[in-house]
Amino acid sequence: MSQYILRRLMIAIPSLLGISLVLFVVLALAPGDPFSELATNPNVPPGVQAALRAKFGLDDPIYLRYLHWLAAMVHGDWGFSFVSRIDVDTLILQRLPTTLYVIGSAQLLALSIAIPVGVYAATRPYSLFDQLANTFAFIGFSLPTFFTGILFILVFSVKLDWLPFVYTEVPGSGIPWVLEMIRQAIMPVMVLGLFQAASMTRFVRSAMLDVIRLDYVTTARAKGLGQTKVIVKHVMRNAMIPVVTLIALQMPAVFGGAIVTEQIFRIPGIGSLLISSILANDTPVVMAVTFVFACLVVLFNLIADVLYGWLDPRISFR
Amino acid sequence: MFDRNLRTMIDDVKGGLMDRRAFVKRMIAVGLTAPMANQILSLGGVAMAQSPNPYKPTKRGGGGPLKLLWWQGPTLLNPHFATGTKDQDASRIFYEPLASWDVDGHLNPILAAEIPSIQNGGLAADAKSVTWKIKPGVKWHDGQPFTADDLVFNWEYATDPATAAVSSGTYADMTVTKVDDLTVRITFEKPTPFWANAFVGAYGCIIPKHLFAEFKGGKSREAPNNLKPIGTGPYKFVEFKPGDLIRGEINPDYHMANRPSFDTIEMKGGGDAVSAARAVIQTGEYDFAWNIQVEDEVLLRLEKGGKGKTLYAVGGDIEFIAINFTDPNTEVDGERSSMKTKHPILSDPKVRQALALLVDRESIKKVIYGRAGRATANYLNGPEEFVSKNTKWEFSVEKASALLDEAGWKAGSDGIREKDGKKLKFLYQTSINGPRQKTQAIVKQACQKAGIDVELKSVVASVFFSSDVANPDTYAHFYADLEMFQIPMTQPDPALAMRRYHSRYVATKENKWQGSNFPRWVNKDYDAAVDAADIEIDPIKRADLYIKCNDLMWQDNVMIPVMHRLAVEACSNTLRPALSGWANQTDNLQDWYRET
Amino acid sequence: MSFMAGLTLASPSAERRGYSPWREAWRRYRRHRPAVVSAVLLLLLIAAVVLGPFIWRVSASDIDVVAGMQGPSLAHPFGTDDLGQDILARMIYGGRISLAVGLAAMLVSVFVGTLIGALAGMSRGPLGYALMWLTDLFLSLPQLPLLLMLIYLFRDGLKAAFGPEGGIFILIVLVIGGLRWMPVARLVRAQFLSLREKEFVEAARALGASPTRQVIRHILPNALGPVIIAGTIDVAAAIIAESTLSFLGLGFPPDTPTWGRILYDAKDFLDIGPHWALFPGAAIFIAVVAINFIGDGLRDALDARKVI
Repeated sequence: MSQYILRRLMIAIPSLLGISLVLFVVLALAPGDPFSELATNPNVPPGVQAALRAKFGLDDPIYLRYLHWLAAMVHGDWGFSFVSRIDVDTLILQRLPTTLYVIGSAQLLALSIAIPVGVYAATRPYSLFDQLANTFAFIGFSLPTFFTGILFILVFSVKLDWLPFVYTEVPGSGIPWVLEMIRQAIMPVMVLGLFQAASMTRFVRSAMLDVIRLDYVTTARAKGLGQTKVIVKHVMRNAMIPVVTLIALQMPAVFGGAIVTEQIFRIPGIGSLLISSILANDTPVVMAVTFVFACLVVLFNLIADVLYGWLDPRISFR
Repeated sequence: MFDRNLRTMIDDVKGGLMDRRAFVKRMIAVGLTAPMANQILSLGGVAMAQSPNPYKPTKRGGGGPLKLLWWQGPTLLNPHFATGTKDQDASRIFYEPLASWDVDGHLNPILAAEIPSIQNGGLAADAKSVTWKIKPGVKWHDGQPFTADDLVFNWEYATDPATAAVSSGTYADMTVTKVDDLTVRITFEKPTPFWANAFVGAYGCIIPKHLFAEFKGGKSREAPNNLKPIGTGPYKFVEFKPGDLIRGEINPDYHMANRPSFDTIEMKGGGDAVSAARAVIQTGEYDFAWNIQVEDEVLLRLEKGGKGKTLYAVGGDIEFIAINFTDPNTEVDGERSSMKTKHPILSDPKVRQALALLVDRESIKKVIYGRAGRATANYLNGPEEFVSKNTKWEFSVEKASALLDEAGWKAGSDGIREKDGKKLKFLYQTSINGPRQKTQAIVKQACQKAGIDVELKSVVASVFFSSDVANPDTYAHFYADLEMFQIPMTQPDPALAMRRYHSRYVATKENKWQGSNFPRWVNKDYDAAVDAADIEIDPIKRADLYIKCNDLMWQDNVMIPVMHRLAVEACSNTLRPALSGWANQTDNLQDWYRET
Repeated sequence: MSFMAGLTLASPSAERRGYSPWREAWRRYRRHRPAVVSAVLLLLLIAAVVLGPFIWRVSASDIDVVAGMQGPSLAHPFGTDDLGQDILARMIYGGRISLAVGLAAMLVSVFVGTLIGALAGMSRGPLGYALMWLTDLFLSLPQLPLLLMLIYLFRDGLKAAFGPEGGIFILIVLVIGGLRWMPVARLVRAQFLSLREKEFVEAARALGASPTRQVIRHILPNALGPVIIAGTIDVAAAIIAESTLSFLGLGFPPDTPTWGRILYDAKDFLDIGPHWALFPGAAIFIAVVAINFIGDGLRDALDARKVI
């Protein structure tokens, strides 16, 4: 197994290089090329423009420009945001804690709802609980977050006056500060978490149903094992493969942020940074965020593959 | 006459421009009894308990935090680069001008020791020079003294073409010289009747010489203090996250007694206008939200039993549809809407006239603006003496159709008019904002009835109004046939508002699209009238010239005025902001306090 | 062979004369009552948006400010919005776009995802790695930002080629569909990795079934569960993604009343006129539920193990 992981990590390096190349080429070749637009922007100060030209070698062919970007990247130079006049890494780091906190909590919430509800619903298919869970799930992913967000604001902020709906970094420390940070994150976390829990519940339920009627489950029951033991030991482990796949798919988003939710609750996260950077053609920021995201995608794909092997030892990786 | 004045005054009271007591006094002066005057006020729709607006706190600080919500997040904190009001408002927290416009449209000294006048010798009788005396003992936030050198430097900084400052127009055609450490003299090249421009108001904010001297001209955008302002203002800089948050704390050495009242200030950016209004009026999370351009119906609903209210300030803000005189679909030297082109359809005056007939202002006011709008045919709507009585507006699909027929545009098989194989079709852009999209829909429907195909486009406001030269979707690039937005009038004088459309200020790639004449309209009579008004000392002749300018714009249909808009802000019930229809919202920030 | 054998054991009814797997699947589908109802419902929904304009002849764009914000009535069964536009007419008009975007994007993503996932799951050589790399690549182009970027960059070109609505439609379908196949591919691949080692597949292999037959007859029907769920979610996601683009000013022109767009416009009036948001929200919900049950029915119909 360790040999397999090592080999996969070795493959990850060229595959990331390839991904970065594609990202770069897409950005460079697309009409209205943000690079050239920024480079020919008369308002970009000459120093930055020179640095940009040096970094990207804009007069060079694309492959040379790419190599320059790569070289800067290897040296830890992430570039310079043109809109905010700050280094890209500073800008990203400024927004990272908020993103990890809010989006991460939302993912945790989604998991902690989806797995138990999905499993329980699958053990009693077409029961009242199952029907209710399904209906809520359908509503959950039919309604966009911009809508549920406002609904939540109307109910919890306006009607009940329990929670604030403008997310802002409060200065201070200690327990009141912690409580305030929790309080203002509740709504965005709920909106995003429930939205994701909805689809995940459906996946968990379906994966459980696929396994629960297999012969070996019946055998296990026939052996006289208790229901809980059957479900947890025999069914869940085998049903976890699609679930692990989904979680691995979701994890990079913890870094990437959630654009709409961030806008509704004014959360200064990576998602809102990315969207404003795209709209403002702030390419160094876009490239940096996207590339980090790509690394996370590849990493979590590898983790998922390793987990498959653990969940189902018959899956062999060569 | 009396009736019109009365109406204006009632509106002034409503908008907080005039306090209730002053209104009653004036009414008594014309022979009404006090109760009757109060009666008039309540008929005008003003709540009976209107408190006057003087500054009450008797000590500095102690007012707690002041939380402001600006739904366009400021991205820059250098007043000389601020093209959008969001950046100006943010800069104004830390930087100050010599004077700002108060609620009555009078000058209010900030860094100046007194307002120059002919009596105190500050103004020359020939209107060719102004002498400002500054307050002694004012210190920058870093402890350095504020002197006349700083003023001279700001003039140099702004006028250096390599700086590419937005404020360059404010400081053009004048020389600023130091008389002594606390006195400067502005010498104008020509007689300048509106002398209160340089060092006044939003563009007049003064940055410190000792921190920016090295970053004048080409290096201006590299200055570290672009993001970390050190000014003279009521609040000191604490934190700035571009596009998100600005935080300040009380300036204990502020140069005005008992001011400011608040201990900290926070300006949060992002989101949208409706939720900003909710955060102030419904939940009270924030004290003040800026520029609440939201359907009146929504606001009325929010105000029911809320924690805040909307405030209206009458100024000269105008929402209009601008017509592109150049061709947005042809690229010349890397620039669309180039001055080297003519618009293939809109250069025909009959088409423009037809468009003007297709704006249904009554419906727009009814469903969208409500209390915050007045239908008008004028581009220039204030102050009163500058408002033209020669214009009129009309909504008539029939007349528009007749005009288009006359111009040779015949209905095609699909109902869309065409001429020489060309379809009568326009791209109509504006910023994303509920009221504007609805205005677009109303105008589009009328146009369709007249056989004009209109394609609508909406751009995120923070992009549409950004100072970003690289973005083609800004209003200044104007890569569309029609565009709609609002231009605020930040001074009680039309000089700046009307000078915008002088042909020398056409927005081009060459001036980084910072030219103010975005319709790219060129009219010699207009240029001449603006130039003449700029040096006319006689106030009546001057007013006539500006009325002529307005009428020329009306005749040429450069702009189709949609609505004379009042500034709408959301404000908590306890906050007492000092607002003026003639200034930016934060221009008198030092006078804000909270009623306890 | 083994497929039939298993079926015969599990389902005595299959012994009827004239047996064919497709007819059997249809029979099983018909047994799934919600699925049948849903199929009818979806057909009705499609008929409503296609034929609706011929029956409900009120214009979708006519403004009548006097009749704004009215609740449902005979003249306006779904009420009016604040400009007095008829919500029913707007939903009929916009439903065509919303349903087309939702279904087309779903089909694109399910087809591409299943194909790539199946190939990657069966391959033990470089092809598997290459396809996984492709999946990773598309995953790391973060969806909404890329969508925004593509529309931002290509909008004008496509608009010139296909007109403002046609160009945006093609772009939205291709981009939403083309950016949502990766989860399907990963799910299918994971299922394949596990299923290809299962006894019944081994049995089929031992009996000499070709890899194609193994996939189509044995592995794929057992891997369809997550695919169908993903497909359903994609329909909702595509309709919502379209409105999210409007939210950011990058979708259809602002006056195109797609379901998502109507919902978006209604959000600020939620406390004044809930009917305005209710109908588009319900329409999306009904479409999603219907497609979901159709999916469930399909899975039951294709799943040989399930006894009905």
